[in-house]
Amino acid sequence: MSFDLGLLRTYGVEILVAFGVTFLIWIAASALGMIGGFAVAVARRWGPAWVAWPLRAFVEVIRGTPFLVQIFLLYYGGPFIGLSLDAVPAGLLGLTIYGSAYYSELFRTGFDAIPKGHLEAADCVGFSRVQMIRRIIVPEMTMLVLPAMVNMTILMLKETAILSIISVPELTLEVSSIGSAHYAFVESFTILALAYWALVELCGWAGRLAESRLSRYRFAHS
Amino acid sequence: MTSSPAIRVRGVVKRYGATEVLTGIDLDAPRGEVTCLLGPSGSGKSTLLRCIAFLEETSDGLIEIDGEPLGYGPGSNGGRVRLPPASIRAVRSNIGMCFQQFNLWPHMTALGNVSEALVTVRKFSRGEAEARAMAELEKVGLAKRATHYPSELSGGQQQRVAIARALALEPKIMLFDEPTSSLDPELTGEVLNVMRRLAETGMTMVVVTHEIGFAASVGSKIVFLDHGKILVEGSPTQVFGKPRHARIDQFLDTYLDRGAAGLL
Repeated sequence: MSFDLGLLRTYGVEILVAFGVTFLIWIAASALGMIGGFAVAVARRWGPAWVAWPLRAFVEVIRGTPFLVQIFLLYYGGPFIGLSLDAVPAGLLGLTIYGSAYYSELFRTGFDAIPKGHLEAADCVGFSRVQMIRRIIVPEMTMLVLPAMVNMTILMLKETAILSIISVPELTLEVSSIGSAHYAFVESFTILALAYWALVELCGWAGRLAESRLSRYRFAHS
Repeated sequence: MTSSPAIRVRGVVKRYGATEVLTGIDLDAPRGEVTCLLGPSGSGKSTLLRCIAFLEETSDGLIEIDGEPLGYGPGSNGGRVRLPPASIRAVRSNIGMCFQQFNLWPHMTALGNVSEALVTVRKFSRGEAEARAMAELEKVGLAKRATHYPSELSGGQQQRVAIARALALEPKIMLFDEPTSSLDPELTGEVLNVMRRLAETGMTMVVVTHEIGFAASVGSKIVFLDHGKILVEGSPTQVFGKPRHARIDQFLDTYLDRGAAGLL
């Protein structure tokens, strides 16, 4: 048995399509997860108690169970509560929910890390709560949590592989089934590893770019 | 209402749980003058200033800014009633505040810090706001630093930007909470000079400070707090001149070296 990447030639298009599916689900779920997570963090921080408590429970449940179990329950259990989704929407929804719980915790710690005085200064010049969030809290929090956000977004990419169990035609499902069909496990998983790694590098590069653009804002001293 | 003081504090109490930090403060800050709040750490002077800025809510008592009640108005049966948010916002807009830690927003340049509220709160156009902000930076001697971020400025420069940020909104009263306590003596000097010039323009100022020299030379009214109440108040000569209150003597010994104390 020799190491033969001929699979790439034969299944190049299929692999590229699957790569595209993974990429799109990853980007969409990460973006939606950040938006959802931000909403959860804001509601928990400034919302009334009857909103904050259920959201806290939501975050605890999502963080306390494996993503594999969550996606299984959503896809196969969903129909019992009238939620019948195809594999791709179910996968996207599941990953978004998962991401929003983690991102919300990240943003929450970011809120806590903003020096209280910066908000008092905004309060003193007459900012409303919404203006304060938009103009002060979001930009300051972003620069505080950016490295952790890059990290979480990389984890989101790797979690897309789990979607193969509900038959989302993403990279892991497609490449591993090609590998099984040809008994070319090492080759197929090498291709998989390289493909994910390329995306992780892309994410890391984007993160570094953003960090360098924000670095001149570094906190003076407090 | 020009006869009313710029700030009138009556019976203000502030409690944190069972601890009474302010125990019934009565204070008038005269219009166009500099009132200095002095006292040892924990005396309640910063808390009092923060109550006047409405950063802390008082537990009891009333505060009037320019004759208008701040936060609470007198109630029908001798108590007090909470005023609507719009009233609180309107009264607070007369007040500018400077902090010990400057509290500039790190993601905005000096110009951005000064123009931000003009755009966001006062709805100026970006151009108008920046022109006004530039003029304010000019007054504190920092026009050349307009495009610098706070991390690129010294502590003294940051505090001067913070003063410009407050002044850009044209407040009637400026509050300073230990504005030089985190600065070395040289930087302290440049900030005090800006404050001295501001005082000369007739701005009503209330300054919490440990700078006895500044208080004695610029302050027209000295208020000495201890354990949450006003111990002594009066002109610098009345408070610092001899014979003086034993507690002031003790305080001056702690905060000044003997040589400087002799100058008073």
